[in-house]
Amino acid sequence: MSPPALAARGLAKSFGSLVVASELEIELPKGVRYALIGPNGAGKTTLINLMTGMLRPDAGRILLDDVDITALPPEQRVQRGLVRTYQITSLFPHLTALESVTLAVCERSRAARAWWRQLAAHGHEIDEAYDVLCALKLDSVCHRLTRELAYGQQRLLEIALALATRPKVLLLDEPAAGVPREESKELFAAIAGLSHDITVLFIEHDMELVFRFASRVIVMVGGRVLVEGTAQEIASDPRVRAVYLGKAPTKELAELRHD
Amino acid sequence: MALTEGTANPRLYLQAQTRWRPIEIAFWLATLLPYALFPDYLSLASQIAIAGLFALSLDLILGYAGIVSLGHAAFFGIGAYTAGLVSKYGWGEPLTGLAIAAVAAGLIGYATSFVICRFRHLALIMLTLGFGLLLEELANSAGWLTGGVDGLQGIHTWKLFGYLPFDLYGRTAYAYALAVLFVLFVFARRLIHSPFGLSLRGIRENFVRMPAIGAPSRAHIRTIYTIAAAMAGIAGALLAQTTETVSLESLGFERSAEVVVMLVLGGAGRLYGGLVGVIVYMVARDQFSGIEPQYWYFWIGVLLVGVVTFLPNGILGGAAKLMSRRSRS
Repeated sequence: MSPPALAARGLAKSFGSLVVASELEIELPKGVRYALIGPNGAGKTTLINLMTGMLRPDAGRILLDDVDITALPPEQRVQRGLVRTYQITSLFPHLTALESVTLAVCERSRAARAWWRQLAAHGHEIDEAYDVLCALKLDSVCHRLTRELAYGQQRLLEIALALATRPKVLLLDEPAAGVPREESKELFAAIAGLSHDITVLFIEHDMELVFRFASRVIVMVGGRVLVEGTAQEIASDPRVRAVYLGKAPTKELAELRHD
Repeated sequence: MALTEGTANPRLYLQAQTRWRPIEIAFWLATLLPYALFPDYLSLASQIAIAGLFALSLDLILGYAGIVSLGHAAFFGIGAYTAGLVSKYGWGEPLTGLAIAAVAAGLIGYATSFVICRFRHLALIMLTLGFGLLLEELANSAGWLTGGVDGLQGIHTWKLFGYLPFDLYGRTAYAYALAVLFVLFVFARRLIHSPFGLSLRGIRENFVRMPAIGAPSRAHIRTIYTIAAAMAGIAGALLAQTTETVSLESLGFERSAEVVVMLVLGGAGRLYGGLVGVIVYMVARDQFSGIEPQYWYFWIGVLLVGVVTFLPNGILGGAAKLMSRRSRS
């Protein structure tokens, strides 16, 4: 059996007395569409930060295709195919959409080191960037400045930047955050249409989207993995209902009020 | 200029942006005007060309990569002293002098870039400022080498290409400074329009996002800082060779601050911003100091406050806004 695309082994992190990750064990098999769910503060974004090297773990290892990448800086993890997007849109306001994606393509192809050759001479990179934009239906606005794009288009550009690096594993932090429901379905349809060579993990709060687009689900609570399984297993798991869907606490609260 | 949305060929679109525009060609032709119109002002013109090159070198790091420096004169001074010393101790050939100065300033720039690339914003201002002051005091205390407060004397620049002497009116000096400025401007323009130039703009726009697209930002910063240092060194060497003297002022804080002011005045991150800012600032200073020898700094102050208040992106930023407004209406 081939090794998992991405794995975390015994990952731990705390800020002072606040434990945000403890003994995290995660395995993402190749090509699977994963959803990562859990209540606010469960450590979902922290997990992405740890995996991508934006945060240093206190203990544990991260394996990308069975290679230990725990010590690598973020940009080298990206170069090896572990790529993320941000929950809060983080783009290049005064670059056009095409320039932004071309930038990412050039960094991947190492053309970005060439300061003696004109950008226009790097036709392959520009074409590749344009293709990525076409795939996400951003080609009609590719010469607009990023700051002038509609919010939904900016969310798509986040994904376009990630795709331009040719990821093997893609970690999407609430890709549809703040996007109206109808548009977020389109956005997820674009994600679902990605090549199955790419392993995808996305954080999402909308359960309808989770069950529709994820083949497997990881539930995190308090910096730990509570349960992992297929969408059906998760939907019917009483622990998930209790902790994540908040049934138990509200019931208790209701009882408290009755007292 | 009308933006055609969704141009069928994105390559052509990007290519069109790098083409020389008529106004650019007009600008460079106009730099020859001093020979015909103001032959008495050729030495001021060559000072402007040198300061323009210095501002251009700052634009590469400040305007494009967002690296704020208040100690950029350090490299200008290193270049000036290197060229001066090389000439004083027997080698007055100007072009090789420039090359040696560029290498010296570039090497120091490369060495310091390892510290520079780790910081941003205020910390960077403090760091570059401190480095500049440190170097100024070093030059001051090493009087045996630099001449200290009296300046470096005994520089003699040989004829250009072996037969063009540097005359008193500054005819050769201006042609020389202008030619070097133009060559390095073309170089900088190419660099800005390369994929590397795009990465620099990425660093300026969103430093934090760069690692997430796999960009080695620190390596990029080290490269551009080294290039900018070498260019500033060439500007300093030009001043040493054309004036045949080097003073401590050449690497002082005032020069560092002044070049930032001139660049911001013209508009940072636009290649021509430094050149326009230098022309406006230095001509204004020349005129004001003629009219009002004592209080000319007052009028410089008025000019700065006016420009920053009404044109936050500098003179060129204001002009660009005006142009786009006109094309829309």
